[in-house]
Amino acid sequence: MPKMNMVEALNLALDQNLANDDRVCVLGEDVAVDGGVFRVTKGLLEKYGEDRVIDTPLAEGAIIGAAVGMAVYGLRPVAEIQFSGFTLQAFDQIEQNMARLRHRSHGRYPISMVMRAPYGGGIRAVEHHSESREAYWAHTPGLKVVIPSGPRSARDLLHAAIDDSDPVIFYEPKALYRAFREDVPDQPQKIAIGKAQIARQGTDITLIAYGAMMRPALEAAQDLKDLHSIEAEVIDLLSISPMDTQTLVESVSKTGRCVVVHEGPRCCGIAAEIIARINEHAFEHLLAPIKRVTGYDIHFPYFQCEQHYLPDADTIIEAANETLQYE
Amino acid sequence: MSHKAVKSSRPTLSPSPAVEVRAAPHRSEVMPRKKIDLGEIEYLRILDEHGEVDEALEPKIDGDELLRIYRAMVLTRKLDIRMLTMQRQGEMGTFAPGIGQEATQIGQIYPLGKDDWFSPSYRCFGAQLWRGWTIEGLMLLWDGFFEGFEIPQGVHDLPFSIVVGSHVPVAVGVAMGIKNRGGDAVMLTNFGDGAMSQGSVNEAFNFASVYKAPIVFVCENNGYAISVPVEKQAGISELARRGPGFGIRSMRADGNDVLAMIVATTEAVQRARAGDGPSLIEAVTYRMSLHTTADDPKVYRRDEEVEQWQAKCPIARFEKYLMNKGLLDPQAIGRLGDECEQEVLEARTRFRERAKARPREVFEMMYEELPPELDQQRREYLAKLDRKGVQ
Repeated sequence: MPKMNMVEALNLALDQNLANDDRVCVLGEDVAVDGGVFRVTKGLLEKYGEDRVIDTPLAEGAIIGAAVGMAVYGLRPVAEIQFSGFTLQAFDQIEQNMARLRHRSHGRYPISMVMRAPYGGGIRAVEHHSESREAYWAHTPGLKVVIPSGPRSARDLLHAAIDDSDPVIFYEPKALYRAFREDVPDQPQKIAIGKAQIARQGTDITLIAYGAMMRPALEAAQDLKDLHSIEAEVIDLLSISPMDTQTLVESVSKTGRCVVVHEGPRCCGIAAEIIARINEHAFEHLLAPIKRVTGYDIHFPYFQCEQHYLPDADTIIEAANETLQYE
Repeated sequence: MSHKAVKSSRPTLSPSPAVEVRAAPHRSEVMPRKKIDLGEIEYLRILDEHGEVDEALEPKIDGDELLRIYRAMVLTRKLDIRMLTMQRQGEMGTFAPGIGQEATQIGQIYPLGKDDWFSPSYRCFGAQLWRGWTIEGLMLLWDGFFEGFEIPQGVHDLPFSIVVGSHVPVAVGVAMGIKNRGGDAVMLTNFGDGAMSQGSVNEAFNFASVYKAPIVFVCENNGYAISVPVEKQAGISELARRGPGFGIRSMRADGNDVLAMIVATTEAVQRARAGDGPSLIEAVTYRMSLHTTADDPKVYRRDEEVEQWQAKCPIARFEKYLMNKGLLDPQAIGRLGDECEQEVLEARTRFRERAKARPREVFEMMYEELPPELDQQRREYLAKLDRKGVQ
């Protein structure tokens, strides 16, 4: 089994989908000749030609609008927005058309398309290149939102997203693009959008994270065991919307304690939704208030300070300890 | 806290040195300073407001077809007037009447075939009826019933857009899809003069031009975006001039002349089908009625202006043309008008029969399959309806 980084795994997923289904096409800024600024689409133009791997003009709104139109016509477009900070240029097209056209057309035009975008901090990028705004899309009815946490889940989730009959926002944690390698099997493992994965079993506390925050969450779990003999269960959310309430509730019902981690701002963030669901379904099992370890409600700091903004294993351990010590 | 001005310690910069621009005493033969060709834009009118036709430009359309076009325009007017009455009587939601724009509507849609695509804006009764939408469907839709959005079988249309100009990039995407799959169809999309200011429309023009997408853009310049006149909407008086800047062939047509609209659109559709890319048609027309039923135009325009345009009425003009051709007489005009009125009234009966809200269906068509959390919300909602005794 070849070891791949996330960029290679995403490239493999696109390659296999382009090969297997001639309705699939890729479009975006610099995706064809350049192979994408992160090289996720490298080599696809040479294999599939410029009708299917399309360099577009620089207009995020029209990229998404055009992709929606292609989906109306029956294609399965995968649109790349170069950085998630630029997706806001396309907010109107996402909300008015991508998310709504199935409904507005009374079911005639299901919008089977994917919007890929790198999100999150940690790569010393200039302003507007480090945001984590998945909550916007989770708040938008009609969309699905997924975020992988490593090469293998990136590859499997991208297959699932392209297969899906509904529009999917696919956020890629760019800090992980080349951070580590994993075994990626030749054929994708079928995973359903809407399912979380238990990344580490435990009984004392539940840590819920996704995307790039899975790394500090797993590191915190290991330290909690090594230093405090605490068995933390770590859940990789994978699908932000729909959310796998059942897996979250089952875990917290077992452990009674929970910390939720994300790098986006706290107010109305994904953690707030997770906590509300746990309160609704597992309140009587809770032994302590659920803690949030998140980004702050400020603009993402210029990169010389970003390491202090982003949640890390130490902060997660502190929050876990407070939760564990609550009586 | 007050912000004190801090005196800069830097030396004051002197103003830019003056550059003396002089006309060269004789034209340089080495360095170019010359005009760039921006392309030509034609204006087209075939039938004037007195019903006089330019026979050299007149399209060859047989009598039955001309009467079908006339009838479609009359039916559109009758529907608008009836729905205005219904709205005033509390039987219709807020809607956008298109009175005065019937020639623009029917003229642009006439050249489209059944396999072609149409993506309309919201003021489009005439074109939608021509495409096969039903009167009762449009009534349902504007009166807040979801089933009105159901696209009739065999009709390749998108639902009309509400957010001005937001549908235009999608229309280009459909055209790109057609081209991508080697299809023969053409997309036609329309919008108003206000939409020309939207980024989405300008982005869409650019995409269409770059990909030579088989699409026809029809800008229905009806003089106003709600209250803002086109003179305040654009720094140019002919919106068609925008087209060549995008590399899009443009034409300006008298939008109250159905023949001009037919010719302009037919040429644009042919170009798109032949692989020659997009065209823009600016249809110069006038919104003789309201923006929507929630609007009072007396606040922003004078009655005399409206009266001037009433003299250019697209239906009256076409009527004169058909009478001159011996295809219509006053009796036939009366009879056709009554027929159209009757058609609208019969549709209103069907609308009234179907105008029943289906609150139990509001979770439908959200996703291919409702996610568990959403299904749970649906059950919660249905339980609420049960408690209130709502069927």
